[in-house]
Amino acid sequence: MGVSIEVKDLNAWYGTTHTLQDINLNIPANHATALIGPSGCGKSTFVRCLNRMHETNPVARVTGSVQIGGLDIYEDASPVEIRRRVGMVFQRPNPFPTMSIYDNVASGLKLNGYRNRHELDEIVERSLKHSALWDEVKDELKKKSGASLSGGQQQRLCIARALAVDPEVLLMDEPASALDPVSTAKIEDLIFQLKSQYTIVIVTHNMQQAARVAENTGFFLMGKMIEFDSTHKIFTNPSDKRTEDYITGRFG
Amino acid sequence: MNNSQVSLPEFRPENNATGSEETPSAVRSFLLSRGSSAIADKGFSGLMLLCALSIFGIVALIASQLVVRSQLSLAKFGLSFFFRSAWDPPNGDFGAVPFLYGTVVSSFLALLLAVPLAVGVAIFLTEMCPRVLRAPLAFLTELLAAIPSVIYGLWAVFVLVPLMKDYVNPVLKSSLGWTGLFDGPNLGLGMLTAGVILAIMILPVISSLTREVMSAVPHSQREAVLALGATRWEMIRMGVLRNARIGIVGSIILGLGRALGETMAVTMVIGNDPHIYKSLMMPANTMASVIANEFSEASDDMHLSALVEIGLALFIVTIIVNAFARLLVWAVTRGAPARVH
Amino acid sequence: MARTNEFALRNRMRWFGDHAASFLCVTATVLVVAPLVAIFVYLIFKGASSLNIAFFLHKPAPMGETGGGMANAIIGSGLVLGVGSLLGVPIGIGGGIYLAEFGRGGKLANIVRFTADVLNGVPSIVMGIAIYSLIVVPQKHFSAFAGGVALGIMMIPTVTRTTEEMLLMVPHNIREAALGLGVPNWRSVLSITLKTASPGVITGCMLAFARVAGETAPLLFTALGNDFMSYRLDEPIATLPQQIFVYAMSPDDEWHRLAWGGALVLILLIVIAVSLVRYVTSRGVLKGAS
Repeated sequence: MGVSIEVKDLNAWYGTTHTLQDINLNIPANHATALIGPSGCGKSTFVRCLNRMHETNPVARVTGSVQIGGLDIYEDASPVEIRRRVGMVFQRPNPFPTMSIYDNVASGLKLNGYRNRHELDEIVERSLKHSALWDEVKDELKKKSGASLSGGQQQRLCIARALAVDPEVLLMDEPASALDPVSTAKIEDLIFQLKSQYTIVIVTHNMQQAARVAENTGFFLMGKMIEFDSTHKIFTNPSDKRTEDYITGRFG
Repeated sequence: MNNSQVSLPEFRPENNATGSEETPSAVRSFLLSRGSSAIADKGFSGLMLLCALSIFGIVALIASQLVVRSQLSLAKFGLSFFFRSAWDPPNGDFGAVPFLYGTVVSSFLALLLAVPLAVGVAIFLTEMCPRVLRAPLAFLTELLAAIPSVIYGLWAVFVLVPLMKDYVNPVLKSSLGWTGLFDGPNLGLGMLTAGVILAIMILPVISSLTREVMSAVPHSQREAVLALGATRWEMIRMGVLRNARIGIVGSIILGLGRALGETMAVTMVIGNDPHIYKSLMMPANTMASVIANEFSEASDDMHLSALVEIGLALFIVTIIVNAFARLLVWAVTRGAPARVH
Repeated sequence: MARTNEFALRNRMRWFGDHAASFLCVTATVLVVAPLVAIFVYLIFKGASSLNIAFFLHKPAPMGETGGGMANAIIGSGLVLGVGSLLGVPIGIGGGIYLAEFGRGGKLANIVRFTADVLNGVPSIVMGIAIYSLIVVPQKHFSAFAGGVALGIMMIPTVTRTTEEMLLMVPHNIREAALGLGVPNWRSVLSITLKTASPGVITGCMLAFARVAGETAPLLFTALGNDFMSYRLDEPIATLPQQIFVYAMSPDDEWHRLAWGGALVLILLIVIAVSLVRYVTSRGVLKGAS
C-alpha cells in the first residue's frame, strides 16, 4: 500500500546557503526509514523537499529529482496535489485552534470539499483509532477544541489528521521531540504499527528512537548524506568513520 | 507542467510479496480528482492585491477630484491665490492668506500648549508611573484620542468658551495686555480658544506616540546611564530622550498634522471671520473651517472652486507633514506594523 | 575644601533637578488627566439627563418646541454607516490579507502600509470634497449613498492595517499545518488563518466603524442633513454627528439638550469599541493555541 521514494542528485538552497548537496537515496515502500544527524545537517530540509514544503519559503530553491511511486513530484504535479499524497507531522503539534477534534481530523478532507457526512464520521473514527487517540476523546469529538488537549494528545491528533487523507507516504519531522517520555513511547508504538501500511520517513536526533522503530537509517552531515543502510548495520558496524563518530557520541 | 484539468496519475505502489495492487480508497480517488487549484489561487491573490492597491486608488481619486474642481480658481488666480488676502465672494475676489494665517497660528498655539504637557505625561507614564496606574491611564489616553471632533466642539461651545470669556481672557488681558495680543472684545470665541481646544485634542495623540517611541528605547541604554551614577531625571534625559528625540519630533509633527486638518471643533469656536488680526481674542478662520462653513452655501462656481483649491492645499500640506512625521517615527521604532492612530 | 564644596553643590543641584523634573511631569499629568476626566464626566452627565425613550424614537421637534428626539439622525447614521461598511470592510480585509499573506516584507507591501498610514492623517473634510465631486455633482443631488461612500473609503486604510496586524499574530506553524495537508492556499488563508484571527479582525473593523461613526466633516456636503425621517439612499439624510453640530450651533435650548444626548450615544459607542479592541488584543488573538 505504500510507495517507494527515489531521490536523485537533490540539491537545495535557502537563499545563498547550500543546505543539501547531491543527495541520492532510495527509500523503500512500507518501511520506516529514519534520518539522523547533528542539528543543522539538513535532514529537516530534506524531508521538506519530499512534500514540496521547502518551497513555501520564498528564497528556497531546489534542483534534482524526487520520484515518489514513479511520479516526479516537481515536474509532473503541483505542490498542492503532492501534499495530499505525502502527509507531514511537524515537530511541534499544530492542531487548528478554532476547530473541534472532529473538525481537526476531518480538515484535510473538508477543506478540500469532501461533503459526505456519514463517511466523514467513519474516516474520523478510523483515523483516531489508528493514532491511538480514539478511546481518550471519543465522547468529546465535537465539543472539545483541538488545542485543549495535552501535548502528546495534540501530536496524536495531528497524526490522525494526516492519516485521514489516506496518504501514501508519511513524513515525520522529529515528532516526539517536544513531548514527554510517555507520549514519546506511545508515538513510537504508533509508528511501529503504521509502517506496514504507509511508507514512513522519520527525522530524529534520538538515535535510540531510530534503532527502535526504523528498518533503515540514513546519516546526514553538513548537507550531505554520508551513509544509508539497514538500521542494524548503521548502529553496529557503520562503513564510514564519520557515522561511527556520531553514533558513538564523539560529536553532535 | 501542472495538470489541473486531467486527474493526476497515481503513484505506482510497490508490488510486495503480500499481494497484488490495491485499488485506491474512496478518499484517495476523491482527492486525486481535486486538481491543483492553481487558477483559484492566482485569482485569489490577484483579488487581494487589488484590494491593497485600492489605497493608491483612493489617493489618486482625491487628488484628481480636487484638481479638477479647483480649475476655475487656479486659472483665474494661479499661485497668487496663496498670497492674496481678500475674501469677497459676492465680487468673485478670493485669496487664501487669512486661512493660511488662521491655520498656522491656531496650530502653533496648540503645539505650544500641548507639547510640553504631552511629553511630560509621556515621561510620567513610561518612567515614573506606578505599574497599577499605567494601564488605566493608557486606556484613558486612547479613549480620548478616539473622541470625535464634533463632541469636543460641543463641549468647547458650552463649557470652554464661557470659561475663557469669564475667567481666562480677563486675566490675560490685564496681565499681558501690553503685548497687543489680547486686544479686542472678549467674546470667548476666537483664535485663542481654538488653539486651546486644538491643544486638548492633539494632546493624547502626541502623548501616546511619544510613549511608544520612548518604550522602543532598549533598556540597556537606561541601565548604562544609571550604572554611571545618574539620577533618574538624568537617566531619562540622557538615556531615553536623547535616543528617542527623533521619534518624539516625529510624534510632535504628527500632532501638528492632526491640528492642521482639524475641522469641526475649530469651526465651532473660531468665530469664522476671514480677516487677519493681531489679537488672539479676535475671531478667525482656518483652511478647514472655511470649507466647512461656506461649502454647502457657496454662492457660485468660482466661490466653490476657491474653496476646493484651499482643500487641495490642505490635502498636499497634510500629506507632506504626515509622511515626514511617519518617516521619523518609523526610523525609531523600525517600521514594525505600528499601532494605528 | 573648595573642591568638595563645588562637588557637593553640584550634587545638590542634580538632586534638585531630578525632583523638579519629577514634580513637573506629575503636574503635567494631573493638569492633563483631571480636566480630561472632567470633560468625560461632564459629557456623561449632560448626556444622560437628555436621554429618554423619545430620544430614540422621535424625530426632532420644530425649533421652540419641547420633546422630540434624534431618531432620524440615528437611522441616518445607521444607513450611511451600513453603506460605508459594505464598501470599507471587505476591501480593507482584502488589503490586510495581501499585506500579511502575500506581500509580506516586500517593497510594495511597505509602500502600501506607509500610504495607508499617511491617508489616515488626511483631514476627513478633504474626503468629503472628493466624494462631492465624484458622486454628488454628477448625480445633481446630495445622498445618503454619497455619505456612505465617503465613510467607506475612510475605513479602508484603518481596516487594512488592523487586519494585517491581527493576521500577523497567527503563528506560522498553523499555516504550515494547513499547507502540509494539501489545502489550496486561498482556502487556507480564509478558513484557517483568517478564521483564527477573526476575533481580532472583527474588533478592528468595529474600531474603524466607531471612528467613522463620529465623523461630521465628510458628511456635510455628501449626505448633507435632513430634518425629517428618511430611509432612502438617494436623498439627503441626517446623521448623528452632523445633527449634533447643527443643534450645537443653533439658538434653541431644546436642540442643545438633544445634542448632548447624541454626544453621549456616540461616546458610548466609542468606549465599547475601544474597550473591546483592548480586551481582544491583550488576551491574545488565539484562545488556547500552543
